[in-house]
Amino acid sequence: MGLTVERRGSARTLVLSGRLDAASVARLWSEVVREAAAARRRALILDLAGISSWDAAGTALLLAAERAHGGSVELQGASVEVAEALARLRQAPRPAPAHTDTLGWLYRGLAAIPGGIAFIGEAAVAAVRLPRRARLFRVADVLRHADEGGVRGLPLALLLGFLIGLILAFQSLVPMRRFGADIYVANLGAIGLLRELGPLLAAVILAGRTGSAFAAEIGTMKVNQEIDALITLDLDPMTFLVLPRLAASLLVMPALTVVLELAGLVGMAVVLMSSGIPFAAISHQVTAWVAPADAIGGLAKAMVFGLVVAGIGCASGLSTGVGPRAVGQSATAAVVGGIVATILLDGLFAVVFYKLGW
Amino acid sequence: MSAHAVEVVGVAQAFGARTVFHDVSFEVETGEVFVILGGSGCGKSVLLSLIVGLRKPTAGRVLVLGQDMYAGDAAAHGVALRRIGVMFQSGALFGSMTLLENVLLPLEMYAKLPREAREAVARAKLAQVGLADAADLMPAEISGGMAKRAAIARAMALDPPVIFLDEPSAGLDPITSAGLDALILELRRTQGTTFVVVTHELDSILAIADRCIMLDRAAQGVIARGDPRRLREESTNPTVHAFFHRQALAA
Repeated sequence: MGLTVERRGSARTLVLSGRLDAASVARLWSEVVREAAAARRRALILDLAGISSWDAAGTALLLAAERAHGGSVELQGASVEVAEALARLRQAPRPAPAHTDTLGWLYRGLAAIPGGIAFIGEAAVAAVRLPRRARLFRVADVLRHADEGGVRGLPLALLLGFLIGLILAFQSLVPMRRFGADIYVANLGAIGLLRELGPLLAAVILAGRTGSAFAAEIGTMKVNQEIDALITLDLDPMTFLVLPRLAASLLVMPALTVVLELAGLVGMAVVLMSSGIPFAAISHQVTAWVAPADAIGGLAKAMVFGLVVAGIGCASGLSTGVGPRAVGQSATAAVVGGIVATILLDGLFAVVFYKLGW
Repeated sequence: MSAHAVEVVGVAQAFGARTVFHDVSFEVETGEVFVILGGSGCGKSVLLSLIVGLRKPTAGRVLVLGQDMYAGDAAAHGVALRRIGVMFQSGALFGSMTLLENVLLPLEMYAKLPREAREAVARAKLAQVGLADAADLMPAEISGGMAKRAAIARAMALDPPVIFLDEPSAGLDPITSAGLDALILELRRTQGTTFVVVTHELDSILAIADRCIMLDRAAQGVIARGDPRRLREESTNPTVHAFFHRQALAA
């Protein structure tokens, strides 16, 4: 395909020739649109007499030239088929402007707020009505989700906990030793793990493994119309799908947290013992300085984190759009949303605990 | 109490500024096979979703067995749902359950039967649709035609008086499709079940429908109603004529 630009009186004429197909259009698109835009204040003629063949890409190019020019465009030498195809394309609605990538996440985040509030309300109503709908709440499902989210997550909790304890103790030991305060690394590590890192990391594990799984599983059910099937069978999805997952997460989070914290303490002890501090001294520091409130507060936080992470996973699944890509997006939203919500809540807990004097 | 199995009164549906259809009204008599037909994108499946209680219409009322699907409390809505069966276009079988478990689920939730009896009923339902040997298979292990049969078995689990089928023949070979048509007619004959079927498969429409309505995307509503065989022979509406004679419409 070739393009020649001619001036015929006051009009600018774009003479197109040869094949007007996808390959040639790709080569000439920018040039044609630029020339058409440059003729904004003049008449534009598209001379198509030399076109030997065309396809949809060619029609799209002609429309793009028309729109770039913005005024009336005269088609010369166009076959009836080309003119008709262009007329049909003109009638097609223009796509809505996409939100820019910069603001897209913000827009999507804000748009999800009403849905999130509705989800919390529906889940609360389902929980209140549970005694009357007890048969819809299948204990076997709770155990299955607890197994998948908790028991199968234990090795990861052990590994991460041990490594975090190890790293925390090692990184703290070097500066503390300069002040002769090696022994206080045990206090720092124990309190840090029990109050903060244990619940936080357990929530991250839950979000990565279980929240995403909830979103993908429920999202796939939504795409396959299985949620609609549940509704028409009078099986409330909130009671049937969401509550068992929330209950399972509520149950497994304390266990995951305790395992992670114990592994972390072991990791910390390994570092301290290898630096010459006896186990008895480490044990004494931990038991003397760690109050039951530290452990209880951490476990309470963990349970709330578990509920929120599971809720965000289920809500993401239930709001899944159409197609397999939507399932992937829901799983991603579940992980990101779960982690962000956990950290925000952790900040809130820090303020509340401070005010309570814990 | 309404005398009709299904009564749709002045129903309209719009998504934002786009109207799918408006002022759609019809009644389905007890024991008949009623077909909602029309070209792709005319709103057949949307209309079905309104009738079975999945989406509240923008305007109008839907009564199924005398119960308004969008009025009354949650308990009344639940009772209404348990008196209908729905087969979705994809089958919508629960992917993590076997075919037997799929059919058992509504029985476990709502049938007051001993466990052995529930399983026996579920197996009988599967046998009724020709899937006695496939009870322990997962949905991913069966063909599209088998999935639709299993979905019909699940829809029949509680012996509902009205069953709704969304595109039962879509994507099936002619033999399997004819088998499903025969199954619908057999269930109507043996159990007196009322069927509301959404489809655009001409052969199927002519084989099973007692009456039909035809939706049209351009008209945003019903453009024909009655016996499909008579519509094929007598309708002067160009869209109806083109549909029944497989002709392209002039632009």
